Amino acid sequence: MSLLELTDICSGYGHFQALFGINLRIEEGETHAVIGANGAGKSTLLRTICGLIPTDSDKVRFDGQSIGQLPPHKRVGLGISYVPEGRWVFPSLTVAENLMVGAHSRRTGLWTMDKVYELFPLLSRLRQRQAFSLSGGEQQALAIARGLMSNPRLLLLDEVSLGLAPVVVEKIYEAMPAIVESGTTVLLVEQDVGQAMKFADRITCMLEGRQVLEGSPGEISSEEIFAAYFGV
Amino acid sequence: MVWVNDIIQGILLGGLYALFAAGLSLVFGVMRLVNLAHGDFGVMAAYISLVIVGSLNINPFYTLILVMIVMAIFGYLLQRGLLNYAMDAGPLQAILATFGIAIIIQNLLLEGFTANSKGLDAGVIENAFIRISDQVVIGWFPLLTIITSVIVLFGLQLFLGRTRMGRAFRATADNQRAAQLMGIDNRHLYGMAMAVALAIVAIGGVFIGIRTTFSPSAGPFRLIFAYEAVIIGGLGSLWGTLVGGIILGIAQVMGDHIQQGWGMLVGHLVFLAILAFRPQGLFAKQVQ
Repeated sequence: MSLLELTDICSGYGHFQALFGINLRIEEGETHAVIGANGAGKSTLLRTICGLIPTDSDKVRFDGQSIGQLPPHKRVGLGISYVPEGRWVFPSLTVAENLMVGAHSRRTGLWTMDKVYELFPLLSRLRQRQAFSLSGGEQQALAIARGLMSNPRLLLLDEVSLGLAPVVVEKIYEAMPAIVESGTTVLLVEQDVGQAMKFADRITCMLEGRQVLEGSPGEISSEEIFAAYFGV
Repeated sequence: MVWVNDIIQGILLGGLYALFAAGLSLVFGVMRLVNLAHGDFGVMAAYISLVIVGSLNINPFYTLILVMIVMAIFGYLLQRGLLNYAMDAGPLQAILATFGIAIIIQNLLLEGFTANSKGLDAGVIENAFIRISDQVVIGWFPLLTIITSVIVLFGLQLFLGRTRMGRAFRATADNQRAAQLMGIDNRHLYGMAMAVALAIVAIGGVFIGIRTTFSPSAGPFRLIFAYEAVIIGGLGSLWGTLVGGIILGIAQVMGDHIQQGWGMLVGHLVFLAILAFRPQGLFAKQVQ
């Protein structure tokens, strides 16, 4: 049984349909990257998994359980943590308080406050700073650290590199191996294909709400990706 | 010295306004709900106290804990049973729902207790005072009121700053959707926020009942003063509501001193002046 099974996902916003029959299986321990251009439906897919967009109950199965109708806060309790595009840190709370709120679900495990500070040393000296005063890269590190505080089985990372300088992106991706080694299954959405290829065991490429390519980075050539990415 | 007395009386009155304003500010901060029934909730608490006093024949101070518990439970159920759904429909629908609740409360109180003014009799403390000089006199009860409101605000600050639920309140105020993604059940949280707000306004209602008289239609007045206190202090600032209440209190007392009956007018004018020159309030939180 896969950790996450998506069947015929057709989510959207109101009358706007963004996804057209997505099927996806994620195995426990796998690192899976979804790539694609702007508007391909990548974020919509993650939002359907974390519960911000509800769908038919059976269409999202997590560890064998149908969760498509479950609200987001209950999915956190099951072990799904979503690090949203645009970070969404709590601006008036300090870094330490952001992390404490991240642990609200009381799921215990490997990740504790000390462990995430170890993972992102740059956050360690910012503990008492309010999150709004952090730089974009620091906020992204905080958002990921906060997401880990619920000790998720499945971590959803949405556009980690968006709006960040390449040096900063490198720094944040340095944390990835430790997250993967901890046994957490990672599903990440990236526009930066290079980063995605480096870390993912498997890659799905999306185009206008449909899957157009799937495979492991070793199997697929950059020409195939180029073609799938732009739909040529 | 006459003016010193005015300022002292104004500060003491401000404590009472702060008790009404704190819950209003909390509810707006956490769930962006403009609660037009807040004054009526306070008046309702005074009537609940009246009923308990009538049947047990005890001092209204002793009813306080019970009234707070009743109002908190009522607030939680009202939020979970009605206001959460109104808020789903939209912010305007939610305001209208609270407006409707205000009218229902007023009319039910009218039906049950007539339009006659009622008062709560707290005994000797009502008239006890400390004489500082011939012109400066501090009443024990107003002093108790402001001490209580400082304790309440301090307690609220500790709750918001130090507890898991308090942090969840602030996280939700910052970004409700992100808070949900942390496992926070916002519908339960909103219920808790309303419960806390109504427990605090219950104190304000009982204190007003002891200080003056109240009638079923007294709520909207309380609401206006509470709103003015919140806006003067700055939205989202706890201690700002106390300062806002105090400024309003001083303005009213001084207005009445200049000419009997001008108190309210001067209070509103000071509020309008602050709105014109510092619309974000005196202690607005600066975030982003």
